[in-house]
Formats: sequence, structure tokens, C-alpha cells
Amino acid sequence: MSALRRNPQKIYVKVRADHMPDGSTRPLMFRSEDGPAVRIDRVTDVREAPSLKAGGQGVRYTCLVQGRTLYLFHDEPYWFVED
Amino acid sequence: MERVILHCDANSYYASVECLYTPQIRDKPVAVSGSVEARHGIILTRNALARRCGVKTGEAIWQAKEKCPELVCVPPDFPLYVRFSEKMRRIYAQYSPRVEAFGLDESWIDVSGAGVTFADGVRIADEIRCRIREELGITVSVGVANNKILAKLGSDMKKPDAVTALPPDGFREMIFDLPVQDLLFVGPATARKLARLGVTTIGALARCDAGVLHSLLGKNGPLLRAYANGEDRTPVMPLTHRRCIQSVGNSTTPPHDLRTPDDARCVLFLLAESVAARLRESGLHARCVSVSARTTELITRSHQCTLARPTNLTGEIAGAATALFAERFAHGFPYRSAGLSCTMLTADDEPIQLDFMGDETRRMRAERLENAIDGLRARYGHQIVQRGTVLLDRGYARINPVEEHTIHPVNMYAG
Repeated sequence: MSALRRNPQKIYVKVRADHMPDGSTRPLMFRSEDGPAVRIDRVTDVREAPSLKAGGQGVRYTCLVQGRTLYLFHDEPYWFVED
Repeated sequence: MERVILHCDANSYYASVECLYTPQIRDKPVAVSGSVEARHGIILTRNALARRCGVKTGEAIWQAKEKCPELVCVPPDFPLYVRFSEKMRRIYAQYSPRVEAFGLDESWIDVSGAGVTFADGVRIADEIRCRIREELGITVSVGVANNKILAKLGSDMKKPDAVTALPPDGFREMIFDLPVQDLLFVGPATARKLARLGVTTIGALARCDAGVLHSLLGKNGPLLRAYANGEDRTPVMPLTHRRCIQSVGNSTTPPHDLRTPDDARCVLFLLAESVAARLRESGLHARCVSVSARTTELITRSHQCTLARPTNLTGEIAGAATALFAERFAHGFPYRSAGLSCTMLTADDEPIQLDFMGDETRRMRAERLENAIDGLRARYGHQIVQRGTVLLDRGYARINPVEEHTIHPVNMYAG
């Protein structure tokens, strides 16, 4: 839980994803606590990376959302967005 | 086959992880420190900015703040450091199954194999260094050599985010002028003894007569001389290797000094509970109990006693420890901290001589009770069941001896 308390500006999100038979995860949409659901149009890259803006580290999904690129991180067990 | 060993050392590990997870403090001098209220108010680690201001590991927070008033002190988050350390080891494990952890922030990796040259080792080291920075966001220093001692020395030579290669045919020129304390296992006491012989550099130690060193330092003397000459065949223990445990112990600096025998009893019960639980978890019995206490002048004394029979029951270990404390430490109050450790370990399924006059039924009941308590604590946390003795003092009752004190470098000679 400590990671949650660390940075109040970090946006943790609820994620809907496909968990593929090969063990990989494909996020489909996410939603912050008080925000609307955001549909991910395409995931263009998946890799382990640090989050320099929001703080933290995890599997970074580079997502295309309505023509904009943003990073969705999975730092187990948390998901957060870096805009 | 030529051995190629890497030693990876995460730079200012705790502080780096803190800065990674809290971007607001990234450009400030940062130190991870214990809690002042709990009397653990010392600097555990600091980042490069704090180091430049002269902040040192191990000094009191107030001393550090005198040198660096803008120092940001953050409390340690051990679960996060453990989790992050596993991420580093997952990367190391992609290069070799032979990875040996030395604390949370250091690991040896044995990348030797058919056709792997020293130059390959340097290339792998550089790849690991880049991956840790790009994938995890912290930096490591890597030493490359043909043994663990030199690899460790190499990782200390260039920091941060660097690789230092100590090739078998060229390491002497690189290390012989370094202070002898830079060598692993040469602590301040050994360095002082060596200085009396005029041995202050690794080169001087390497050239020193083995007999003279033996008379000064015992069997460790010739061993350290061999290390200085780059001779070490200690294997890198793989992750899966089950270590031969030599002792199980724990110590704590409670929120206030131990002033009375009741305080001591309370803390010894706390420590005995954690030690006994770890013995049971490892399937061990102990035959010897050792108690140590540190006075408020920071002088540590320890005494030990042998038990009539091997045990892993809290009551028996705590009983022996409190009796020992009453006998040996009764006149030195107050004490700042206390420790308890168990040695002469045997497997718990080894046959033991039962006592005809003793009450075996009571003992078996105690064993069942302690197993039940272990089960409850595993499910609901350590504080779910506590002894009445411990609850007599609210300060002590908050200490969690199991979860807060289990991070130790692993003994290199283990196994």
C-alpha cells in the first residue's frame, strides 16, 4: 500500500483488459476514480520502464487514445497513467 | 574454463528507489532514515546530492541536517525495496541461473560457460547496466573479474552507472594502490591491526608474509592475502541453493531504554518469539541461546548458555534468555538495545533424548499452540496474537520483530 500513499498526484486507474492465452495482457480501456471510461485505440509498444513523471516503474503500455499517445503502467498490483 | 563473475551494486539503493517513486524529491538531497521517535534516527542511505553536501551513512539525522539543512529525510519502505530488488534479480537471472544476492542491492552473477570470454563478461555487464537504467530507472555499478572478491572490489571503483573490468592479467596495477579497507572482509579493526605492520594498501597486503599475517589475524590473515592477490575460488551460490543456516537471531532498539528486569523480559520474549518462529519455519532446533545487550554508552556485551535439549519453543528460549540476562546483565541497567540468537542448530526431525522426569505432554501442547499461533500470524499478521508480557508496555507492543528485521546480506561462506 505504501506505493499508493507516496505521490498524491499519481493517477491510479481501473483497467479492463484481455488476458491472452500466452500470458500477455492487452489493456482495452481504463477509468480513473471520478473520470469517464477511456477506450484505448491501439497499444503500440510494451516494455519494462520507469515512470519519470508520475514516479514508479512497471510494464509500460504505450497507448494511442483518440490520436494522442499516453503511457499506461502496470506496477503490480497497481495500474496508473502518465499523460 | 575461465571464470567470469560480475558483481552488480545498485547505487544509493534505498534513496534511488525513493526518488524514482517520488518525483517531487528527485532533484533534492535525499536521505532514507530511521524514525527519530523510535530512536532509529540515523541515515541509512543518501543520494548523490546529499553525499556532495557531506551527509554520511550511519550518522544521526541532526548531524546530517547541520551539514545540509535542505536535506529531505524519508522513512524506509522495506516492502518496496524488497519488491524492487526482485525486479533487478529477474533481469540478472536472464543472463545466468547462478545469481547470489548479497543484501537487497548487491548480487554476484556467474556468467562463465563454454566459449564465454572475459570480454563477453564485460559486454554482458554493460548490457545489464543499460537495461537496469532503461527498464528500472535506477543505476548500478558493475565489477567484472574472475572471482567474487575482485568483482565486488571492481563494482566499488567507478560509480554511478559504470562498469569496471579487472582482467586476470591486469588487475594488479589497478588495485594495488587502493586502501586495504576497500577489500571485502577488511573492516576497521583488521585495518588497524594491518596498519601496525605498515600494511595500508592492497598491494602491501598481497606482498606481506603469510606467516606474519597468520600470527596477526589467525587463519583469516593468509586468506585476506590470497584475496589481495586475486585468488578466490568461492562459488556463486545459485538462487535455488538452500543455505546451511548457522544461526538464527534478532535484535532490536526499543522505543525507550530497558530500565528494569521487567523491560528486559518483555523485549526478550518479543525477540524469542520471532527467533523461535523462524526456527520452526526453517525446520530447526537450537541447542544454544545467546543474549547480547548494548549499554547507553554503546558498549555491547554478550553471553550464551547451552540448553538441556534442543528446542524451537518460544517459552523455553525466552526462559533461558531471561535467566541468562538476570545472571549476567542485572547490574548494567539501563540498556539501549538487546539481541537474542540461537546456535548449535539441528534438524527438527532428528531424534532427541526425551526426559523421563519431564512433562512431555505439556511440551507437546506448547508445540501445538505455537504452531497454531504461527498459522494465525501467517494469515492475519504478526500483531494478531500477542503475549500478555509484551502488552505490559505499549511501546514494546508496537514492535514487529518478524517483519521489520529480516534483511541481511547472506554470508559468503554459507553452504
